[in-house]
Amino acid sequence: MAKDIDRRIVDDLTRDGVDFVTSVPCKQLAGVLELIDRTASIRHVPCNKEDEGMGLCAGAFMGGARPAILMQNTALGVVVNTLATLIQYYQMPLPMLISYRGEVGEPVACQVEMALHTKAILAQLNIPTYHFHRPDDAADLPGILAHARMASKPVAILADASFWRAAS
Amino acid sequence: MIRHDLLKTLLPQLAGRLVVCNIGAPSQELFSLQDQPGNFYMLGTMGLCSSIGLGLALAQEKPVIAIDGDGSVLTNLGTLATIANNPCDNFILLIVDNGSYGSTGDQKTYAGKKTSLAAVARACGCENVVECRAEETASALAAALKARRMTVIVAKCESGNVAVPVIGLNPVTIRERFMAAVAAPEG
Repeated sequence: MAKDIDRRIVDDLTRDGVDFVTSVPCKQLAGVLELIDRTASIRHVPCNKEDEGMGLCAGAFMGGARPAILMQNTALGVVVNTLATLIQYYQMPLPMLISYRGEVGEPVACQVEMALHTKAILAQLNIPTYHFHRPDDAADLPGILAHARMASKPVAILADASFWRAAS
Repeated sequence: MIRHDLLKTLLPQLAGRLVVCNIGAPSQELFSLQDQPGNFYMLGTMGLCSSIGLGLALAQEKPVIAIDGDGSVLTNLGTLATIANNPCDNFILLIVDNGSYGSTGDQKTYAGKKTSLAAVARACGCENVVECRAEETASALAAALKARRMTVIVAKCESGNVAVPVIGLNPVTIRERFMAAVAAPEG
């Protein structure tokens, strides 16, 4: 069931002109995905793996769309090559809304393992990274989306369990 | 017939079209045969040619031909399910299936053994799947362009490459001139 925060995020995406979304789901993203599927101005093309999704986004961008990808932080283990040799090498903007599993409040121990590597991988790739921990942090989203486009770069928005739990 | 000769038979149909071309030997061969702004050359990222092509076809109306390979499709097999479930009548996926990893020394792929990519595509739900011999590829492509229906063509050809130079273009140049070709008025 979508919450207000999910609606605010989808409103910010549509207001920015995001019209193409690909995703591999995560529990924390369920509300956002539910709303995206009900948003006529966004074409949602679920992918099977996040590198595939970034290929779809690259094509959509070159076709004039404004893409975004929704994924879990575990997927950073999948997409390093694609970020380096496609999105960054060809200089394409790509907002990545990432469910940041494995932080405080996480019930699944294994999720902690990739949480430990998440910011290190993003830092190694020189990807601008924004951590949504408190509900108010989401106020930065419009600026972050514009920043990705201005810089023609991928940007990461890490939204952790505290953020999703505290937001109404 | 090897891939280079197969590509030669397609050149008149590729001229002026949007073509997304697979990493390595396929892009290098196409670049040397018929470079044009409407060719998007993959310089890296094995496996994503069909995904880039589908994203492009979904985002705009011009026909898109993705020239992929059997080895690359095998690394991104889920793409066939995504294609099947997001039908897009301006999209043609041409899998040049030489049963081998051509850019790395012609090691055999599973498509060169027991696996049929045409059967996988059909099982994924792709409705128009054509398997043909290399010599029939040009007519299969012409038919797919004329039908304006999303089509997956699996062209069986022989393993082998020709010696061509690597692509000297800057990736941003490739992308910018490709996007200008995408945005150009048709005709």
